[in-house]
Amino acid sequence: MSERVAGEARTQTIEPRKRRWATLWRRFKRNKLAVVGLVIVVILVLTAVFAPLIAPSDPQAQDYALTLRPPGEGGLMGTDSLGSDVFSRVVYGARISLEASLISVGIAMGVGVPLGLVSGYFRGFWDEWVLMRVVDSIQAFPFLILALVIAAILGGGLGFAMIAIGIAFIPNFVRITRAQVLTVRGLDYVEAARAVGAGNLRIMTHHVLPNSLPPLLVQTTLAMGYAIIAEATLSYLGLGAEPGEPSWGSMLFQAQSYLTSAWWMAFFPGMAIFFAVLGFNLLGDGVREALDPRTYD
Amino acid sequence: MAFLIRRLLLTLPILFIVSVVCWSMINLIPGDPATVILGPEASEQAKEQMREQLGLNKPLVVQYVDWLDGVLHGNLGESLVDGTPVSQLILQRLPVTLELALGTFFVSLTIAVVAGILSASNRGTWIDYLSTGFALGGISIPHFWLGMMFIIIFAVNLGWLPASGFEPFFQNPVANITAMILPVLATGLRESAELTRMLRSSLLEELGSDYVRTAFSKGLSKRVVVIKHAVRNALIPFVTASGLQIAGLLGGLVVTEQVFQLPGVGRLIVESIEQRDFTVVQGAVLTVTVIVVLINVLVDVLYAVIDPRIALSKE
Repeated sequence: MSERVAGEARTQTIEPRKRRWATLWRRFKRNKLAVVGLVIVVILVLTAVFAPLIAPSDPQAQDYALTLRPPGEGGLMGTDSLGSDVFSRVVYGARISLEASLISVGIAMGVGVPLGLVSGYFRGFWDEWVLMRVVDSIQAFPFLILALVIAAILGGGLGFAMIAIGIAFIPNFVRITRAQVLTVRGLDYVEAARAVGAGNLRIMTHHVLPNSLPPLLVQTTLAMGYAIIAEATLSYLGLGAEPGEPSWGSMLFQAQSYLTSAWWMAFFPGMAIFFAVLGFNLLGDGVREALDPRTYD
Repeated sequence: MAFLIRRLLLTLPILFIVSVVCWSMINLIPGDPATVILGPEASEQAKEQMREQLGLNKPLVVQYVDWLDGVLHGNLGESLVDGTPVSQLILQRLPVTLELALGTFFVSLTIAVVAGILSASNRGTWIDYLSTGFALGGISIPHFWLGMMFIIIFAVNLGWLPASGFEPFFQNPVANITAMILPVLATGLRESAELTRMLRSSLLEELGSDYVRTAFSKGLSKRVVVIKHAVRNALIPFVTASGLQIAGLLGGLVVTEQVFQLPGVGRLIVESIEQRDFTVVQGAVLTVTVIVVLINVLVDVLYAVIDPRIALSKE
């Protein structure tokens, strides 16, 4: 009996939820800046995927006969101190940046969302006095210093840098998920699901989580942008990608010694970071605005 | 007063967890910390000596209590590289970081207040587009890269300001200030972006509220309504935001100090990581984080002073 009713309840909630995503998309499309953000992110993804087709040469190839050539003379963006083509390195850098931000945000979500969900759903001593106090304390550490120290403890290298950034991001996702769960868990449809006999796990995964997703989407998009900056920063400080690897951050590290003679070595990787992060920020803002009931017409 | 005491009591668990995290840093190094610190080729005797020095042979609880006892007495241990007391190293570097942080905070606050107010009170005009565009660009720029661009433009090409060459303020105030201008501007511009957005949106919210309409209908000028009525209320969330900004700012200074070769605490952390001098890393991170926690308490208290409703509701 309760199975049948729960089944009906589900068919009732699916429709509006589907329609809600459609509405979201319609509202998102109307915001020009948001669309620009989406286009930038799509270009970034395409560049990362098709890097071997776009880059004119091997990003790691070195030619000591062609070092420090300015743009035009040595390819579109010049060559660096080792004679590598800066344009090819910037193109391949999109791969590392995107990979780093996907993995680190993935780690943060994978740990942070379930923690926030369970903690916000059950409340009580563990939530209030253990988890949230730990989250508060971790957030007291400046983000970059935390990521830097975790990367240093793990031993450096791009893989560990991604893990370090991911760990440092976990508290943000716990907090956002929990806040949303606290709002959703008291709503009528959650009560209704409980009344028809749904268990805690089912309520959490089928009712609370799906309805908590929209703000998480905003957070995820913005975190992707921030993770790109964080990866570049760790690589710049020598704790991420190795100097030879075509990461935007390690290119800037390399460029630091040539600021007086080869501006292009610093300029182009930085512009790449700027556009990538701008794309995610515009996208995140667009999603936020599309979700904001105050801007409904 | 009760609010203040309650707020201070609430920071105790935070400080406790922060101290545990910092202390456990050395124990968390995968494998044998002594091997990691000394390198794989070190002799077994040297490693044993290092374990002894770090107290790694004692039970964990004893290690923590010993360490905390030292910290509370101002003893953060000694550098593993040359044996200098960690607290001495930090005290040498702290003034540089604080000078940089205060300068950055001042610059970012000034820009944000001006840009935020102009933008919200001229909504939809070119002034608004300009400052929102600036803010949007600002939050997407890695500020250490902005610093590098400033070096290329203002130090290398125009030759107006030095790219590095820090000197302590009391030894050479002129050299000190000229060396600080570029790093402060680079970080300040970046930090102001987020605050501008924040102030603009909270001011827009206030400008749309009933009391503002009432003020306008009383015949007050736009200037008076914005400055005397709306900005006052809009500043409340802004104070919290700018306080929280300081945590991010102190983290960001690690990289700024690296770009401009400034001998601050951030650079100390990076240098010590390179030398695997983990006691210095531990002490420096602890110091910075405790400063952040204390600033947050200060911000909360300030918040209650600006808006008495907060203290009342929390008591």
